Amino acid sequence: MARARSAGARAASRAVGLAAATALVLTACAPGSGDGGGSGGAAPTGPVSTDVAGAGDVTLTVWDQEVRGGQDEQITQLNAAFEDANPNVTIERVSQSFDDLSTTLRLALTGDDAPDVVQTNNARATMGQFVQSGQLVPLDAYADAYGWRDRYPESVLQYSTYSDDGTVFGKGSLYGLPQVGEVVGVYYSRSALEGLGLAVPQTWADFEAALQTAADAGQTPLLLGNIEGWPAGHVLGVVQGAHVAPEEVQALGLGNEGASWTTPENVQALTELQSWQQQGWFNDGVNGTDYDAAWQQLADGQGVFLVAGSWLAPDLQEAMGEDAGFFAPPPADGGQPATTGGTGIPFSITTAAEEPDVAAAYIDFLTSDDAMQVLADTGNLPVVDTASYAPESGLLADVYTAFDDVSTDGSLLPYLDYATPTMGDTLGQTLQGLLAGELAPEQAADALEADYADFTSSGG
Amino acid sequence: MPTSPPAAAEAAARPAAASAPAGGRSSRDRLTPYLFLAPALAVYGAFLLYPLARAVQFSFYDYDGLTVGTPVGLANYAAVLTDEGLRDAFGHALVLIGFFSLLPLLIGLVLAALLVRARVRGLPLFRTVVFLPQVIAMVVVAVAWRRIYAPDGTLNEVLRAVGLDGLTRTWLGDYATALPAVGVIGTWYSTGLVTVLLMAGMARVPPELYEAASLDGAGPARQLRAITLPAIRPEIAVALTLTIIAALKTFDLVYVTTGGGPGTSTTVPSYEVYRRAFELGEVGAAAAVGVVLTALIFGINLFVNRVADRQR
Repeated sequence: MARARSAGARAASRAVGLAAATALVLTACAPGSGDGGGSGGAAPTGPVSTDVAGAGDVTLTVWDQEVRGGQDEQITQLNAAFEDANPNVTIERVSQSFDDLSTTLRLALTGDDAPDVVQTNNARATMGQFVQSGQLVPLDAYADAYGWRDRYPESVLQYSTYSDDGTVFGKGSLYGLPQVGEVVGVYYSRSALEGLGLAVPQTWADFEAALQTAADAGQTPLLLGNIEGWPAGHVLGVVQGAHVAPEEVQALGLGNEGASWTTPENVQALTELQSWQQQGWFNDGVNGTDYDAAWQQLADGQGVFLVAGSWLAPDLQEAMGEDAGFFAPPPADGGQPATTGGTGIPFSITTAAEEPDVAAAYIDFLTSDDAMQVLADTGNLPVVDTASYAPESGLLADVYTAFDDVSTDGSLLPYLDYATPTMGDTLGQTLQGLLAGELAPEQAADALEADYADFTSSGG
Repeated sequence: MPTSPPAAAEAAARPAAASAPAGGRSSRDRLTPYLFLAPALAVYGAFLLYPLARAVQFSFYDYDGLTVGTPVGLANYAAVLTDEGLRDAFGHALVLIGFFSLLPLLIGLVLAALLVRARVRGLPLFRTVVFLPQVIAMVVVAVAWRRIYAPDGTLNEVLRAVGLDGLTRTWLGDYATALPAVGVIGTWYSTGLVTVLLMAGMARVPPELYEAASLDGAGPARQLRAITLPAIRPEIAVALTLTIIAALKTFDLVYVTTGGGPGTSTTVPSYEVYRRAFELGEVGAAAAVGVVLTALIFGINLFVNRVADRQR
């Protein structure tokens, strides 16, 4: 009896607690309304000034993700140089890894003490949403004042360009400037290629023939570590570049209306990717292999080619020395090279910045010719006039040349997972299914189309 | 240490009742216990109850973490129930309960029975070794197992060495084996905890009971069923509670080993919470998944403890 009563009392107190919690939930104001920070709507775009000295003493808070060796070196040098040139400016640098930055930036931007300059990833889920919610300053006036549109090729600037409501990607106002470029191409082992009696492929047909030759010789033609899901997306980007018109890939990759994943060309690209797997051109168990393990296998001489981005060049250079080579994916007959690529994470100005003029001067400084030289000296891939900074020979020379070729003459195609907030997952899951033989190319195309069409038809 | 929550509550309540004099309680006396509770309650409220209430609140909004949210009523919960991908994720979590809880319970029973009855030399050392996985951070565990499961990893090499080449596969990259492979890591992780808990319970059973039972002609199996199991029911309940929570909240293990792949074959609810909140910017929907997961964990454990209580 006593037990029953105490249980009843407990239930009653529980009910009171629940009611209190419910009341709290119902009376509290909507999330995001009282957070201060981003007031919504872009900052007024009055006259801008390139005068830094006149701004008085300014502390510029910069959130970057330049944490790896050469990255950290270049930004440290450039920050010091900027402070030397502008004694009235103090830079307060907050540096964290890419993953940490992307998870904390959202909160930081809406907080009371938001940073002035931030590195924000180009994708719709990040920069797109920040533009939409009015957290970033459009940079067009500064671009005119500093001549940024002459400095950068349009194929590079489009990746930090959004319409003011954030729905169209690639057209509209400029929201950030990158320092470095990225290009997905093909790494190879010079000695392995020579051993097979092959030259660097000049056309797509050459490339496929080389893969066949390597397979016939009992070697692993292509290395891929796809346990993470996204690496196969880069391989698809390369295959797609050879089969699909660049404009089509642009629209698909940027998540703008007017394209389709189910066109015969796209299905052909997916089919070819699957056939590479079915012919045994990849290493065993791609879906269970680490991304890092795959490039280490190339360095160990366990394969001939590796499709991957320029970001691996420093590591491969160190591991393979002169044996490592790189080329942009060769075009189909008579075409221009087209491959996935883009830029490092762009620097943007937040609407919370008290001195946007100083922030713009800082970004201009980070992307100036002198800065590009510093970037090259510290082993990074400068995004502007890349070829002119190329070392004489070796892997980095190959990478610089390939990026320059693709960004100026060919087409730098967007990362396919830029398209929609969910595309990264959809693409990874679909391609794992395609490579495992769980999905037919048509089914894979349907799955990708569903994600893309769902997003574009909902108006972004 | 290993007593079930209700038992602990009773034990705590008894001295309190005894010390309270019958009648004549001043209001100050009534307040005193709450004063002692206040500091802990403040911390608990600030870091647990308040965030929980906020999460519940968020789950009723369409909120991206940046702009002002709009109330959408139960739409987020409706989406949780209708989303096929999420249903799969919850299904995977239930499979993981088998690997995290039930399997370790079986293995733990056998191990604990052996360790308690047999006078093993170096017992403390063995107990430590069995318990060790609990001490290692889950991320480290996951990285190590990822190496073991790799195409050229330890597991495949051992299989090849003993001539079982036909059994080798890419354990984490194969649609058929990825979820069980992740589950086995959970079994490895939980077994030590369960074993040590059960051993504590078994050590409490008076040896005379076993002696009497064996005089009556009961074999080891019968002794286990008739004496050990009823005696250690509270420990079993605690072990199940802890491991079921571990199974349902699995995040780091999946994040590091498979990232939910291949395809969606190893997605789990906590991973979906993370993905929605931090990758997709759907904070409201993420909160709804989190609240449903919390309710599920609460429900299952309430059931486990009710069953254990009733049969005592």
